[in-house]
Amino acid sequence: MSEPQNTIKEKFAKQILNFVEHNPRRFYIELAPQDIPAAAKFIFRDLSCRLATASGLDTPGGIEILYHFSHDLSGKIFTLKTLIRDKEDPHIESITPFIKAAEWIEREMWEMLGVHFDHHPNLKRLLLAEDLPEDFHPLRHDQDKERNEP
Amino acid sequence: MSHKVVIPIGPYHPLQEEPEFFRLYTEGEKVVDIDIVIGYMHRGIEKLSESKHYDQTPYLVERICGICSNAHPFAYVNAMEDLAKIEVPERALYIRTIIAELERLHSHLLWLGLAGHFIGYNTVWMWSWKYREPVLDILEAITGNRQNYGMMKVGGVRRDIKEEDIPGVRKMNDDLIPVLNMFKGAVMDDPVIQARTKGVGILSKEEAVNYSVVGPTARASGLAMDVRRDDPYGVYDRVEWDVVVRKEGDIFAKLVVRVLEMYESIKIINQCLEKMPKGPIDLDLKDIPAGEGIGRVEAPRGECFHYVRSDGTNSPIRHKIRAPSYMNVPSNKVAAVGQTISDAAITLAAVDPCYCCTERTIVIDRQTERKLFNGWDLVELSRKKTEEIKGQKSG
Repeated sequence: MSEPQNTIKEKFAKQILNFVEHNPRRFYIELAPQDIPAAAKFIFRDLSCRLATASGLDTPGGIEILYHFSHDLSGKIFTLKTLIRDKEDPHIESITPFIKAAEWIEREMWEMLGVHFDHHPNLKRLLLAEDLPEDFHPLRHDQDKERNEP
Repeated sequence: MSHKVVIPIGPYHPLQEEPEFFRLYTEGEKVVDIDIVIGYMHRGIEKLSESKHYDQTPYLVERICGICSNAHPFAYVNAMEDLAKIEVPERALYIRTIIAELERLHSHLLWLGLAGHFIGYNTVWMWSWKYREPVLDILEAITGNRQNYGMMKVGGVRRDIKEEDIPGVRKMNDDLIPVLNMFKGAVMDDPVIQARTKGVGILSKEEAVNYSVVGPTARASGLAMDVRRDDPYGVYDRVEWDVVVRKEGDIFAKLVVRVLEMYESIKIINQCLEKMPKGPIDLDLKDIPAGEGIGRVEAPRGECFHYVRSDGTNSPIRHKIRAPSYMNVPSNKVAAVGQTISDAAITLAAVDPCYCCTERTIVIDRQTERKLFNGWDLVELSRKKTEEIKGQKSG
């Protein structure tokens, strides 16, 4: 049987922008935002990976999202990485319709970073209080500006 | 026509030590749907971590949870060591593993007690918590604290396990085996406990996959996953032990998994004590390079996941933390639905949602209204007690 990382490499050869083997058990695979749902579905269903979680980051070039999938048979973690360049109104397709486990983390990234997950079945606040302003996203670095400037 | 009645449990409820809100929709005695609302405890620790330097963060993440207080710093140092590609001294790896397994023992005993309490079997609760105390005493003798051990450090551990403490750990392990045998016999074979937990709150293997649940919740539903075996850290690949898996997916299976796992923890600790080499316990690391790292640990409740990205400065630009209950609690949406209301309490508790146990005390003379102890007096008292315990365990 071929190694799961090679299966991913072959299946998404055209879509992969960058493939990094940090060490034999940690892989980072960069894709464009529109290619994420297909790759996530393939890794979750066909390679029987578990969605460990996802991390969202505010970077100077845009909002980065990392979906961490755990392949428990081999102890490997495949991280799908994508960059949403539009910071004003970031959008990406939700993976919750086919991976239930993503529901909470997508809600969390929505409130913390202001990323809109299209077709998410239940996009509402998870951790933040209901009375905070709609446009307040604590993990955006520009949120600190007002507080930090003299 | 059906008539749905809403039964709210929480956010503040005598059943729960921590605020979380379950809205049960019921028809007659049956739960037909459930809403889970969280966020009452959000403290912004991921954001805080961005303002701490790498040596401060283990202390910060240790305070995420009062029960798995070792799991978070352990996952964090694993992430940092993955980021910086560091090899940690052997002895430190053994010490980390011992502390992690001692923590699993006391955490599983805590859950067993709570499970007994939730089904109205308070004898189990009292027993289980009674036998949890010696484990906490050993942790206090080794680390100086019952919780929040402050042992983990990027590149090693902060404290060595002294030779004179080792006989005490061995004795505690030996004494715990008959206790576990008793629980295995008296609790697992008890017809009342079986009646309350068998076939109740079933999470099928298929749904366990869909919700990506972790830890004993996954292993009780037939998923043979355990980070300690799948992606070994510490010295789990150098000792003999088994992953406990059950197929049934009900609460009884979760109970069996946790009880049997305690035997494995004792096996692991004993082998570690035997094999632990002498040598340095810390690398005394100076700089963290730019890069990213993932660390994970099999906490008592399941996989604890940390992702860190560094830009080469003194603090991370992002530190993502995912505790096991974050994956396990949503599975109640299938496990509790279709059950009776009376079974909801134990079903919701069966994933062992993380309860923080932080307590603060002031002692006041009622006649004079004067505070008898201040913070420093309490520190002094607890130091004295630690010394006493150390005396007993090594003597």
